[in-house]
Amino acid sequence: MAIITYRDAIRDALKEEMARDEQVYLLGEDIAQFGGSYKTCVGLFEQFGKERVRNTPLSEMAVVGCALGSAMLGKRPVAEIMYVDFTACCMSQIVNEVAKTRYMYAGQVEIPMVIRTQGGAGRASAAQHAQSLEAWFTHVPGLYVVMPSTPYDVKGLLKTAIRDNNPILFIEHKLLYNSKGEVPEQEYTIPLGKADIKRPGKDVTILTWSRCVEFSLGAAKELEKEGIDVEVVDLRSLKPLDEETILSSVEKTGHVVVVHEAVKNSGFGAELVALINEKAFDSLDAPIQRVAGEEVPMPFNPRLEAMAIPDSKKVANAVKKVLSL
Amino acid sequence: MFLTYYKETRVSIPKAQLPELYRRLYLCRQFENVTIKLFTNNELPGFLHSQLGQEAIPVAISGCLGDGDFMQPTHRGHADMLSKGMDPRKMMAELYAKKTGYNQGKGGSMHMASVKEGILGATGIVGSGPVISIGVALALQMDKKPNVIVSFFGDGATNEGSVHEAINMAALWNLPIVFVIQNNQFAESTPRKDHQKVDDISIRAEGYGIDGYTCDGNDLFAVYEVASKAIKKARKGGGPSLINAVTYRILGHYVGDPGNLYRDKEEVENAKKRDPLQMFKNKLKEMKALDDAAFKRIESEVDALLDEAVTFGRESPEPQDEELMAYIYS
Repeated sequence: MAIITYRDAIRDALKEEMARDEQVYLLGEDIAQFGGSYKTCVGLFEQFGKERVRNTPLSEMAVVGCALGSAMLGKRPVAEIMYVDFTACCMSQIVNEVAKTRYMYAGQVEIPMVIRTQGGAGRASAAQHAQSLEAWFTHVPGLYVVMPSTPYDVKGLLKTAIRDNNPILFIEHKLLYNSKGEVPEQEYTIPLGKADIKRPGKDVTILTWSRCVEFSLGAAKELEKEGIDVEVVDLRSLKPLDEETILSSVEKTGHVVVVHEAVKNSGFGAELVALINEKAFDSLDAPIQRVAGEEVPMPFNPRLEAMAIPDSKKVANAVKKVLSL
Repeated sequence: MFLTYYKETRVSIPKAQLPELYRRLYLCRQFENVTIKLFTNNELPGFLHSQLGQEAIPVAISGCLGDGDFMQPTHRGHADMLSKGMDPRKMMAELYAKKTGYNQGKGGSMHMASVKEGILGATGIVGSGPVISIGVALALQMDKKPNVIVSFFGDGATNEGSVHEAINMAALWNLPIVFVIQNNQFAESTPRKDHQKVDDISIRAEGYGIDGYTCDGNDLFAVYEVASKAIKKARKGGGPSLINAVTYRILGHYVGDPGNLYRDKEEVENAKKRDPLQMFKNKLKEMKALDDAAFKRIESEVDALLDEAVTFGRESPEPQDEELMAYIYS
């Protein structure tokens, strides 16, 4: 297996799917000669040409609407929205059009499109370039939401997302682009809606995704020294959601900590807590704890920024707390 | 108010097409009359936007379209849909929210679609349609099809940012699309003079580097003239055009809005004098294209079809409970 970055895994997935299916095309701001603001499309313009790697004006509504219209006619667009923060500029297209068209038309069309975007803090990007907004999308019927944490997952899931016939928000994390991991050289895909147990354990279940998988594994490593055996469940996709893996882990450990970077208030973690209450309440030995973003617009100052999001220490403290209750 | 800036040799509508255009125009008008009555009698759920008085625009434009061409109507779009060939029975069933409707009771008046027949659903978010239409145009272009899409929107929508994004991108990419403003003088209750400073919206075309036309939207011949030119150009790879078809919304924003709080009665009465159906009929009589018997035959056939459509809608089954969750995902 090759060791590659999360960024290269994304590019490889795009390249392989574009080569496999000529209906796949890319559109977005600065994705052509420039290779994307986070350089995830480098080389694709040269390989596939301007028809299939389409630089767009700064027009997020037109990017998403255009992807939708072409998907209805059988194209498989992968639209890049440079920052998840910018989805606010095209929210009506995503929420009112993309998510609802198939239903409103009673199944006359399929909408095989992916909206690739990235979010998250950690680069002093301040309040408008560092949010984690996945809960906006999980709230809308008709959309899938995928948030991979490793090079292996991002490649396999992006390939699946491109082949899937539903609209998918594929949210990468800007701090993961340089992270490295093993990726097979041969073809593989990962099904949507399957969580991955990144570390098996018997004492506490951590439910997490995206960059917070890293913090959770870091905490688990520290806690191991204290004899606490943590299971880290990487949800990978929030919708569809792998309830089975979540619930069986909860039943095994009886203790749950939910960790996400998005603001705690009305975050997806609240949905997981509710799910467990509804379906596995009797398995719980203690109230579920949440480690999540603070209720604050992301500050520019790097020290303050770090305070606003989870880290391994905060996760470890929450694990100890849930075991002490 | 009704200016025709575009003055070239008139493209005459092929004579053989005239009876069919009259049939469609009359069908659109009667469909509005019938549904207004049904809605007022509380037979139809939801709300209804009447296109009464604007019918010549889609009928003329559909007359320039063929198989494989697309159209995206507006939320005030029954005439758009009918003119391109949607079946009034399945439309009526959809208005009754029945299983036999185009959208199986899931869409209603604003979202009726027949993608197979080239008709996308309208969007209820004013100004959102054109950005979707350009995606259809892009797919047609990528597949090297000889087809086009006509994207309809209103004068109110021309102030939405999404419309700007759509026209700019379509112009940039030379897409096979014609943007048509059904300029009915109102954005819901706001008269045009209170929502935009520019008098002739088509001059905005220049800012996008495309052709712009203004025509009398109540004169089917005038609309046909500019539409045939714009559509031909788009079909040949010449890129988009913007057509400002000037008309007047005879009724209020929705059926039930008397439309009397924001305009003078006199203005409405004057507009009614330029009824597109009557204008087209008079012209056909003048041209001796159809005789009285032919008009009568067409009208009674359409009336019978609409009677059948109402019965079909009324008597069709409701969707089943288990259909609630169908078609959310593939």
